[in-house]
Amino acid sequence: MAAKVRIPTPLRKLTNNEELVEVSAATIGDAISELQNRFPGIKERLIDDTGAIRRFVNVYVNEEDIRFLQNQQTKLKDGDEISIIPAIAGG
Amino acid sequence: MKALKCRECGREYPLGATHVCEFDFGPLEVVYDYDQIKESLTRAALVSRPQTMWRYRELLPVAGEPTVGQKVGFTPLIKADRLAEALGIREAWVKNDAVNYPTLSFKDRVVSVALSRAKELGFTTVACASTGNLANSVAANAASAGLHAYVFIPADLEQGKIVNSLVYGSHVVGIKGHYDEVNRLCAEIAGKYGWAFVNVNMRPYYAEGSKSMGFEIAEQLGWRLPQHTVVPMASGSLLTKIQKAYQEFTKLGLVAATKHHVHGAQAAGCNPISAAQKAGLDFFKPVKPHTIAKSLAIGTPADGFYALKVMRETGGSAEDVTDDEIREAIKLLAETEGIFAETAGGVTVGVAKKLIASGKIPAKDSVVLCITGNGLKTLDAVNGHVGHPREIRPSLREFESLLASETNSLVTA
Repeated sequence: MAAKVRIPTPLRKLTNNEELVEVSAATIGDAISELQNRFPGIKERLIDDTGAIRRFVNVYVNEEDIRFLQNQQTKLKDGDEISIIPAIAGG
Repeated sequence: MKALKCRECGREYPLGATHVCEFDFGPLEVVYDYDQIKESLTRAALVSRPQTMWRYRELLPVAGEPTVGQKVGFTPLIKADRLAEALGIREAWVKNDAVNYPTLSFKDRVVSVALSRAKELGFTTVACASTGNLANSVAANAASAGLHAYVFIPADLEQGKIVNSLVYGSHVVGIKGHYDEVNRLCAEIAGKYGWAFVNVNMRPYYAEGSKSMGFEIAEQLGWRLPQHTVVPMASGSLLTKIQKAYQEFTKLGLVAATKHHVHGAQAAGCNPISAAQKAGLDFFKPVKPHTIAKSLAIGTPADGFYALKVMRETGGSAEDVTDDEIREAIKLLAETEGIFAETAGGVTVGVAKKLIASGKIPAKDSVVLCITGNGLKTLDAVNGHVGHPREIRPSLREFESLLASETNSLVTA
């Protein structure tokens, strides 16, 4: 499935400053693997030693937090938009 | 200030407008030179300084003198005897940021630091994602500093908080979604525009401003740490910074290292941190908020992990209260101490009541309650729950019959 991934500023050094990257993947986990193949080093920035998404990384599919979906098993379909966003303080 | 440092992996960064570690997205925090600070920051020096939060200037992250919000802070710490009696505890204090200057919430503390630092870094436009109080404070302080402001809020906020942002001439953008969605959008906007987002790229500086509430509590108590502090939690940042304030004062020898417990308060309709604390977890599960305490309605709390850690390390507890309990607690604080707090204050008082009743805060101890915002901003939340004025014509006879009927109802009640 072709989905678009919005790359956050801290990771753009790895993607040659590309903001929007198209991936062809069935799930979020696959999408991260594909990003890693094309931009080596990106996976360890998103995934911790236990294989989980890092504590301060939030991943959204079409504006929905994947922790409300099926986490890394969340399925993707054509045209989906994935955002990777650091946690933010506020109030 | 020496540098910014990742709280997760310890990598250091220059003191610019950046908030997350490029490696693991961990939050960046300001590093200070405490040995140097110890030379100038003594009790004697402190008491001779003006009564604002800037008396603790060495522990706040600006390079020069503050240029925004110089009069913020040093709000009253009230010995709340009538509230203590109602709560069933020996001693209670209220730290009253409902009267913080200029926008009646603790957010003036963080905003004065963030905007002073933003000016030092050369920004002319400032922005924030907000549940209301932060928007009010950014709008007001930006206006007085001559900065352009964009504030992003959930579109369904209380009317009082919307008008309180618009009046200062800032650009107010209402987002059709809850705060976590506003936040996500702002992270994307912050990456694209060269603005100082106080709670995004300015967050390391912004968040440090919250420490001043803790410094003031310790100083106003007579240079000691309170046995118990109850703090409302939205992102969890205030709670972690109050503990940091207590630790810094201890490290600098300004207070003795005494046992103290920091407790966290949330609304039942948005309780990711308190639910995790009660379940004994060190991580939280995000929730979709549904509560009248809109200023605390953050379902994905950025500092939730660290707030849980502080409660664990200080032997603190967390609790949450329903909308009805929040309203009752707002009334209790108003009727016992004459302080009208916003919904977050109701959460703090309501949670303190529960923690005292369950013995997690022992009745023989002393507690400080952090009241962070003013009830005049959230009138909608209590309107219709505090009764109505009884109307009469301007006639003494009518007044006397009204009085008689009230006296009768008191006797029969």
